[in-house]
Amino acid sequence: MDPVEFLRRSGVLFVAGKGGVGKSTTTAAISVLAARLGLRVLAVELEGRSELPRALGLEGELDWDEQVALDDPSGGSVTARRIRPDDALVEWLRARSLGAVVRRLRSSGALEVVSFAIPGIREVLVLGKLKALERSKEFDLIVVDAPATGHAITLLTSPAGLAAAARGGPVRRNAEEVVEMLSDAARCRVLLVTLPRELAVDETIEAAFEVEDRAGVALSEVVVNQYRTPDPALARALSAEEASSLTGEVADAVEAARQFEAAREDVERCEVARLAATLPLPQLALPALDAPRIGPAQVEELATALRDCIEAMDAVA
Amino acid sequence: MSGVLDVLAARPVVVVCGAGGVGKTTVAAAIAVGLARRGRRVCVVTVDPARRLAGALGIDSPSDVPVEVRGQWAGSMHAVQLHASSTFDALIDRHASNDAQAESIRRNPLYRSLASALGGTQEYMAMERLYELDATDAYDVVVVDTPPTRNALELLDAPDRLLRFLEHRLVRGLLAPTRFSLRAASAATSTVLRGISAVVGGELVDDAVSFFQAFAGMQEGFADRAGAVKRLLAAPTTAYVLVTTPTADALEEASWFTAHLASRGVQPAAAVLNRCQPSFVDVDPESLPVATGILGSQLDVLRTLERAARHDTAMVAGIGPMFESAPVSTVLLATAPARDVEGLGEVADQLGA
Repeated sequence: MDPVEFLRRSGVLFVAGKGGVGKSTTTAAISVLAARLGLRVLAVELEGRSELPRALGLEGELDWDEQVALDDPSGGSVTARRIRPDDALVEWLRARSLGAVVRRLRSSGALEVVSFAIPGIREVLVLGKLKALERSKEFDLIVVDAPATGHAITLLTSPAGLAAAARGGPVRRNAEEVVEMLSDAARCRVLLVTLPRELAVDETIEAAFEVEDRAGVALSEVVVNQYRTPDPALARALSAEEASSLTGEVADAVEAARQFEAAREDVERCEVARLAATLPLPQLALPALDAPRIGPAQVEELATALRDCIEAMDAVA
Repeated sequence: MSGVLDVLAARPVVVVCGAGGVGKTTVAAAIAVGLARRGRRVCVVTVDPARRLAGALGIDSPSDVPVEVRGQWAGSMHAVQLHASSTFDALIDRHASNDAQAESIRRNPLYRSLASALGGTQEYMAMERLYELDATDAYDVVVVDTPPTRNALELLDAPDRLLRFLEHRLVRGLLAPTRFSLRAASAATSTVLRGISAVVGGELVDDAVSFFQAFAGMQEGFADRAGAVKRLLAAPTTAYVLVTTPTADALEEASWFTAHLASRGVQPAAAVLNRCQPSFVDVDPESLPVATGILGSQLDVLRTLERAARHDTAMVAGIGPMFESAPVSTVLLATAPARDVEGLGEVADQLGA
């Protein structure tokens, strides 16, 4: 499949998955790939303390104000920002000339109470901002580093709940418009990220059904992160002749290490197969990198791997 | 040197925390097995176990009743899977003055989403369940696995958030023990409510008002309870076990969390460095021979694993000072996750059981 076509299937892409599977890294890799292909990308962080700014090579934390992380000669770019409910509420109220409400709510500390008392309002505010950005067409692609699975499902299901609970008023309209965006595959999709491990695969399968059935959002592919290509050299033990140059101690260690790695590969292969058997979604494999942490150099490497996977999808289809 | 289980042996409450994906659930269950072996009556509260682990513990579906886990130990072990909304239901039942009040709360359109969807609810409910189990005489120790939060402190802040909410004058106004309509609310409250109505629509505010009115008289019970949960979390007998993996990101998160715990006067009682690479030979990986063909490939695999093992050992030495006198146990990376009581026992062995 043509990578540009792939990346332009929807204006908003939520990158979701269990904590620690590499959502921020994947968000960064997709953003950088799209920018290298000439697209204007907005990478969005919803919670603080994510790895997204570091992966994009930005210093410090992201904020409401946009920061340009990458300018490609092709005309593509990566802009990054954080969208938090409180900031979104203030902006939303100001845009409706309800600045007085903002001041009143702030001075009474009621903002916190409102968001506690009216479930879904925080989520609708954040998604409403994303919807406005999507509508503005300022960016070709908005990639969202979504919160960990449970919270991501809450994020995607609460607008429908709020639209049902609020029988009128501007919030209901906002919630309805958000639901409209979420349920349109041409505007919004969810990309699940997982690891080739039992717990992560369990949670991914569960999340996939929740995203489609409960949230009504279209699923894109599944990214299998930290995927190790099976090593054919691990298939069998060394013969006595092959190991003859080794001391007994090292020969035993070589065999123990081989069995350890082969068993691990086996578990990973089984998990990837189980994922494929349960979820009829194409898989994109991102390689395990031998780096202590993810920075722009690793993200470039992953972006290239991602492009190769996407191009290979064509051959299969 | 004492191990993790030694320092936990006499504690009534063990809170297992750490970033998402570091293996908290397995470590919490292994601690429970280790303490049961030492003769303690243990209950472990898990949040979201892997299906096979949940199956092994007999808690495939969320239930409020702890299930006994059988095994070779002197004490006893029970496990319960947290279900935030049914814990919330139980909380309503306990504090409602009668069935009609409980029923009117449950019928409110806002209740379901409040009970299950609200950020922070699960965190608070985990702590609430912990408090409840600790208060019974059935267990010597309650081990709680914490929900995955990017900011692990949310957990400790949960009771405070609920208290702040209940004590807010807007909420107090709504909860005043007289039946009143929106119109009759105090002037200050209704100004704010009018502001909110402009934004979210009048009906939603009416629902919210009747929701809070249904709570009338319950808020004190709720607030008392949140206060008690908060005190339990801050009690010197409550032990925090920090779980991390030997990666730069996880360690950074752990050090950040430790610093914030310290600012509240709490120190982790122990730390677990999970998924460390085992070493297969006591030889410097750089001095291993280099060769071609299948021999060379397999030597490369050994070299890579030995380098990783040395890296992880250095990490253990490096993080020791972060936890001062608290013991740090390492748990070796297994090719497959612990999925039965026996597997948990092997992890417990490494924690000093």
